[in-house]
Amino acid sequence: MEIVFLIFILVLSVFLGFELISKVPATLHTPLMSGANAISGITLAGAFLAAGMVDNEMGKYLGTAAVAFATVNVVGGYMVTDRMLGMFKSKKAGGK
Amino acid sequence: MNIELLANLSYIVSAALFIFGLKMLGSPATARRGNMLSSLGMLIAVVAGLSAEGIVSYEYIAVGMVLGAIIGALAARLVGMTSMPEMVALFNGSGGAASLLVGWATLYGGGIDSFTAVTILLAILIGGLTFTGSLIAYAKLAEVMNSAAIVFKGQRIVNSLLLIGIVYAAYMFCLDPQPESQWLYITLGLALLLGVMAVIPIGGADMPVVISLLNSYSGIAACAAGFAINNNILIVAGSLVGASGIILTNIMCKAMNRSLANVLFSGFGAVKQGKAIEGEVKPVSVEDAYYLFEAASNVCFVPGYGMAVAQAQHAVKELGEILEANGCEVSYAIHPVAGRMPGHMNVLLAEADVPYEQLVEMDEINPRIENVDIAVVIGANDVVNPSAREDEDSPIYGMPIINVDQARTVFVLKRSMASGFSGVDNPLFFGENTRMLFGDAKESISGVISEFG
Repeated sequence: MEIVFLIFILVLSVFLGFELISKVPATLHTPLMSGANAISGITLAGAFLAAGMVDNEMGKYLGTAAVAFATVNVVGGYMVTDRMLGMFKSKKAGGK
Repeated sequence: MNIELLANLSYIVSAALFIFGLKMLGSPATARRGNMLSSLGMLIAVVAGLSAEGIVSYEYIAVGMVLGAIIGALAARLVGMTSMPEMVALFNGSGGAASLLVGWATLYGGGIDSFTAVTILLAILIGGLTFTGSLIAYAKLAEVMNSAAIVFKGQRIVNSLLLIGIVYAAYMFCLDPQPESQWLYITLGLALLLGVMAVIPIGGADMPVVISLLNSYSGIAACAAGFAINNNILIVAGSLVGASGIILTNIMCKAMNRSLANVLFSGFGAVKQGKAIEGEVKPVSVEDAYYLFEAASNVCFVPGYGMAVAQAQHAVKELGEILEANGCEVSYAIHPVAGRMPGHMNVLLAEADVPYEQLVEMDEINPRIENVDIAVVIGANDVVNPSAREDEDSPIYGMPIINVDQARTVFVLKRSMASGFSGVDNPLFFGENTRMLFGDAKESISGVISEFG
């Protein structure tokens, strides 16, 4: 039953994703991509479990590397997206 | 209230924030706040993740996070807007690597049933191929390696064998899922190899498709990792990213009038050549260009990757402002596959302070292109090539283009007469109303600006 439940979530989120993203205009496709990249850093939440294990050395190292990679995505992704979006200025809003 | 329930409730909140954040990315006016909301969601998810019961030691987590944060922050601060595609490629790769490692590490937790074994394997497979595929994409974009398609005889056979090998190794592993299983290492190795093999036959002009696709894979890998560790938020966030990448991939393919399969499996360029084009090229001097600009009342800039290479966006914007002050209507028409990743040109022009209202899409400019006095093509080639419309033998036939040849006058800024990225001749250069402004794009534009001064 657990599996069915997880797949249920998967299917709904895929549809939701399609709905949301198809409304994003072409102008914002690059920030969308880097923003999505940041979101895919959510693996971090899973990496914690692995890195925090005590009983196995190898698992711990793998987990730590996973934490590092995922953090690059989260921190880098959000920062660079924000930097890009900060550049998009409207004529009215005082963009020169 | 127990901690696990609390963590799961927090995940719901962060999922909602991700969704709101993506929704707000739908308009440039709200996009920045949307990104903030999304990052708030991530913060909540991270805190909830840290409070999970299984975690006993935090030293290693801290080490990993500090390391990752430093690398990520430095990269995000230092990267130039021109090299954004390379950077996104690397981020895709790092997302893939993270999912791979999470899947792998989960094996050491023990107690793996067969469904979990399959999902772990999927995380390793997709994560692995995303990782090496992205590295190759990065190398091609950064021109560390030749960006042309690498095709060799028997490539399909090799790739098919590779796929069969992966399926077999994966099956053997799932029969007895142990972390020390040799089949695990074989699968991992083959997945890494598959990433390389999948990206090398794709030529430089198709990079926007590859980046979008790898973006999608990195989400799907996170999703698989979510199944492996039974975590809802990974599944939700991963599938949002997966869907986003697939939509972008689809848009890119449509903009090139090619199927995804065609992009992935056929090395583009040098396949067949369209009709040879004959005619006379009419060069124009900076001074004559100035007179035409001065008299124009509607100018449309059509940028391509060449503008990024010449770093001409600031000069272009300056010229645009002067023209506007001169009573001229100025717009910037951007083809969906201009540049090396979706939306690349928009970001470059935004960096140069062009207001986003002036950035128009192909479908918006084409119906009114006949009213444009001067279309200025800067470093773009294939996306304005009329062969795509007229010459059935042309490899790019059928690709939607910006019909600059229908504008009253076309200026093409070009270094020399070499053909574009796809290696296809461009009859636009020989058109009746086309004037070639040879030389470095930035210098040419600056030249026109100083004429105005």
